[in-house]
Amino acid sequence: MVENVKELLKLHEGITHEVYLDNENSSIVPQEVVDAMLPYWNKKAYGNPTLTHKPGWEAFETLMGCFQKISRTIGAKNLEEITFTPGETEANNLAIVASCFAQKGKGKKIIISEIEPINVLQVAEMMGKFGFITQKIPVDREGFVNLEILQEAVDNDTVLVSIAAVNNEIGTIQPIKEAVDTVKAKNKNVLFHTDCSDAYGRIPLNVQSLGVDMATLSSAKIQGPRGVGAMYLREGITLDRILEGQIGTQKLWPGVENTPLIVGFTKASELAFTNFEANTSKMRLLRDKLVDGMFAELPDLRFNGPKGDKRSPDNANVSILRAEGEALTIELSLKGVYVSSGSACSRRLLQPSHVLIAIGRIFEEAHGSILMKTTRYQTEEDIAYVLEVLPTAVNRIRGIVGSTGVH
Amino acid sequence: MSRIPLPYNPKVMDLFRNPKNLGKMEDATVVAVAGNPACGDMITFYLKIDEAKQVIEKAQFESYGCAANIATSSIVTEMIKGLTLETAWVDITWKKVTEEIGGLPSVKFHCGVLAVGALKRAIRQYFTQKGVEAPAWLPKEHTFEEKQALEEEELAKTLSKRLKPEAEKQS
Repeated sequence: MVENVKELLKLHEGITHEVYLDNENSSIVPQEVVDAMLPYWNKKAYGNPTLTHKPGWEAFETLMGCFQKISRTIGAKNLEEITFTPGETEANNLAIVASCFAQKGKGKKIIISEIEPINVLQVAEMMGKFGFITQKIPVDREGFVNLEILQEAVDNDTVLVSIAAVNNEIGTIQPIKEAVDTVKAKNKNVLFHTDCSDAYGRIPLNVQSLGVDMATLSSAKIQGPRGVGAMYLREGITLDRILEGQIGTQKLWPGVENTPLIVGFTKASELAFTNFEANTSKMRLLRDKLVDGMFAELPDLRFNGPKGDKRSPDNANVSILRAEGEALTIELSLKGVYVSSGSACSRRLLQPSHVLIAIGRIFEEAHGSILMKTTRYQTEEDIAYVLEVLPTAVNRIRGIVGSTGVH
Repeated sequence: MSRIPLPYNPKVMDLFRNPKNLGKMEDATVVAVAGNPACGDMITFYLKIDEAKQVIEKAQFESYGCAANIATSSIVTEMIKGLTLETAWVDITWKKVTEEIGGLPSVKFHCGVLAVGALKRAIRQYFTQKGVEAPAWLPKEHTFEEKQALEEEELAKTLSKRLKPEAEKQS
């Protein structure tokens, strides 16, 4: 297996230009973020922040600064509302599991949308083992949650609603404020969680004006390091830990805080929010050039998700008809362009992107979809390179398909 | 979205990048299709048969599918060239195809199964098409590979049916 990978990597030798567009699944940590983290591995603040010695106090001071800065980026009331976790998966797990357990006996219904990310969808479903029932609210063709059905769904038995502020696959910006108002008007005891992994750094976010009780933030999705994320929990709400161990500076997550990663996440947040307008305009400009270029060059494409202001500025999701997504990702990789696909490509699982199916795409459209996210670190030259190699790649794969599957 | 590491071997990659016997064959004796684009997996096989000798003169393919699908289809067309229909039927199994290609990740075994399913379907079709009695070596009941292809196609139909009302509702 590993030998095969070595050979696969060898096939990439000689690539002159690389463009990483798979920012959905991991991202390049820019040098300025790496530089910010470096001293914290071995030069300063390497101690455990709860211990009584200099490296410990340094760590404590550093972390308090990070709590403060992150809480400000989302308009939280105070820094205790922030809990650092090892990533958005853990933050979503914490939010869902802990809020259900906290309300045990008060109700058993969880409401999510049909297009929540896997780390919400599957956790909500897992709560079935503890007697909770999950209802999924359908979305329209652009991925917007149906607020009427949401209103109908909320009842006295409902304990939690979780809807992502921006969909990770098709970039739909949900009307979270309206959703919160709808839910709370029906049952004010319901906790409202929103996964902001794809909203943070892309759209303005203020947890207080949105009125949410919990929010998930991701580091990797704003070009910070992987292995760190955060959960916002509104002051006044008490949740129990879902993991046990030595408690440090935060009540909700045990274990020793990973100072360098938290510093990296904080640095990435600062960079995203300083010149927020310029940053998001850059993503939008590059994304639009990419999408417009693709549609100009290639026939038989479908644009997935909403357009314009209703869509996150970085997200591009296009179905390439008469081409299969996995084959395309490999073909593009060999040319230095890295994307992901909503293809299932496994007969046993046979599950193409649940998001694309939920917005009414047929299976063929989901199998041929590619997901790309731009960042402010990319350039117009990068996009020009993608547009140079993409048509050739698509045409080769379509050439193999030939008349097969055309109907 | 399923995420399984897929470390394809060099032979799979070579046939993916430079597929042998690719494309529609205008003078094919028989054409057979297996799979369904809804499953992300579909193969068309074209066989040119020397009818006097009952030998496969050449084979070509087209494929809608992943790298493994393309590579296994391509290698089957190579493996059957010059074989009698009987030998092709008896000797070419999905296990042999997987072996010949130097192994596949387990989640991709079905690609080899579908390719062989398409081949067997083509051979069976040849006799039906000609309206002659099937030879003794050709079993009446479907082989494992043919059954799998049928199963996949059935599944695709079920899935599409389930999807349609939803898609219409929203359009």
